[in-house]
Amino acid sequence: MSEESPGPEKDETAASVDLVVVSAGVSDPSSTRLLADRAAQKTLDLLHASGVAATASAIDLAPLAVDIAQALVSGFPGQRVQSAIERLAAADAVIACTPVYKAGISGLFTSFVDVLDDDLLIATPVILAATAGTARHAMVVDDQLRPLFAFLRALPVPTSLFAAPEDWGSPALGERIERAATELSLLLQSGVGRSIADTAWHGYQHEFGGNASRAEHAATDVDFTTDLMRLAAGGTALQPGDDSA
Amino acid sequence: MQFGIFSVSDITRNPVTGSTPSEAERIHDLVRLAQRADEVGLDVFAVGEHHNPPFISSSPTTLLAHIAALTKRIVLSTSVTLMTTNDPVKIAEDYAMLQHLAQGRVDLMTGRGNTVPVYPWFGKDIRQGVALALENYNLLHRLWREDVVDWEGAFRTPLQGFTSIPRPLDDVPPFVWHGSIRTPEIAEQAAYYGNGYFANHILAPNFHFLPLVNLYRERFEHYGHGTREQAIVGLGGHAFIARRSQDALDAFRPYFEGSPIYGSSYRLEDYMRKTPMSVGSPQEVIDKTLTFQEGFGDYQRQLWLVDGMGLPIELALEQVELLGTEVVPVLRREMDARRAPGVPDAPTHSSLVRAKYGDAEPRQPRPNANRGDNLTGTSPYQDSDPSVEAHFPLVG
Repeated sequence: MSEESPGPEKDETAASVDLVVVSAGVSDPSSTRLLADRAAQKTLDLLHASGVAATASAIDLAPLAVDIAQALVSGFPGQRVQSAIERLAAADAVIACTPVYKAGISGLFTSFVDVLDDDLLIATPVILAATAGTARHAMVVDDQLRPLFAFLRALPVPTSLFAAPEDWGSPALGERIERAATELSLLLQSGVGRSIADTAWHGYQHEFGGNASRAEHAATDVDFTTDLMRLAAGGTALQPGDDSA
Repeated sequence: MQFGIFSVSDITRNPVTGSTPSEAERIHDLVRLAQRADEVGLDVFAVGEHHNPPFISSSPTTLLAHIAALTKRIVLSTSVTLMTTNDPVKIAEDYAMLQHLAQGRVDLMTGRGNTVPVYPWFGKDIRQGVALALENYNLLHRLWREDVVDWEGAFRTPLQGFTSIPRPLDDVPPFVWHGSIRTPEIAEQAAYYGNGYFANHILAPNFHFLPLVNLYRERFEHYGHGTREQAIVGLGGHAFIARRSQDALDAFRPYFEGSPIYGSSYRLEDYMRKTPMSVGSPQEVIDKTLTFQEGFGDYQRQLWLVDGMGLPIELALEQVELLGTEVVPVLRREMDARRAPGVPDAPTHSSLVRAKYGDAEPRQPRPNANRGDNLTGTSPYQDSDPSVEAHFPLVG
């Protein structure tokens, strides 16, 4: 998969679009990573064909497995996990791929998502993907990954990707990958994810100083007109028409 | 600059010997710890507030008043006073009484606490935790500054004609630091009132609390209390010191690894690198603390945890000695030398008295007479503002 290839006609007003692959594959080579890479490459090709500069990079969770576990039990991420979180926060789109373990999303994948800020991927376009040893659990993507990303308020594309060993040689997989990549590339080009996040940001719950790219970090970011902020500045918690306690 | 220790009053099994202190032993040891801190010249001893085992400090003012009587110089404070589940009227009363008994050597640090069932035990709704803390402090602030309070709020029954007793010592309330690890509204409240802001500085990566401290500084300046550099900031931390660096690691490691909180976490060396935890020789602790000043700017209070995690009291007392004799004297000098001009010290009772009265004598409230119904009528004190009248609630 190429890492950096600007399109033939660079859109001068737009910065380069960043795709981030998140793969929970543990083998080397990994079929999980392979599926995600193919989806990423196809998305890059389509973006470049439309004159959109785009790059892709990957976060492999296997080398971070111990760090992720430590982040979970100690309550804060170490530098390597923090760096992965920041890369995800900056991503314009995500390609998330998990192997199927015990008829479900792998624990490694879920553990990583557990340490992310809840608001990290709001309105971020995502391709959901999974690999497995048989076709038996093909519904893992729609039954389990999709609800997980619903909690995160991400924008998963309509087409889920799933590959069992027999799919690798099949043109049908290639067509589905192209379909998902088309959906992702058009979603990105429309800019709707960014617009949703920009416009509706204050409607979601956030933690001050969090990792999300729009997180409040300074006084200039904070809305001091909320009820709680007014209460903090000597106001009252009583609403008009309230009887007090 | 103030340096001291704080305790959360945990009673923790000693992972080396396998034994757990009794509550009686722990109470006795906490008092010894505070006394030693006073003897070696530390400036602050703070204790937390909890309402369930395995802790013991459920009545901080009772404990601190006893310690005040046994100490000479040290400021007694809290880490933290629960601002959520306590009645602000009781906080006003208890801490003003403590302030009198300690001859002013008192301030408090407030917080929301970290134990979920405390809310229902005290009849409060945890979902309202932030609003509770904010409203309660707003009331506390008034109770300590107004002889007669009429008040209505969302979380407590209304007050009519109420005077909290005793009035603060010299009619100057204890200084308040607002503690928060994640809530910008608390930083805003601290800034609004020109109170201090305290970050416990534990269990989180280096400089994790910097955005909140900076928010507090900006808003402190916004509300006209001074420049952002002059805001009153306190930091906690966790220290374990031995003369030789490797001895500190070796001695502390079993307590760290045997700890329910730290035991499953990062390796000790990694934890020390990633967080403000300061384990090592006195020089290493000094150097690490100086990095806090570099990162957070000049601040006014540095407290360390030294007695938790099942450390035997003798080892904790040694920590206090080392802080008092080897670490703090150097830090006082160094941090003072590095401090920008115009940055104030933390307020103390005497500095607040001087600020309020200058050279004049401080107010000493003397109550008006009992008019026969245990009340003093419309005016509580001989010098209360006559335009403010107490109208008591009607009953039945």
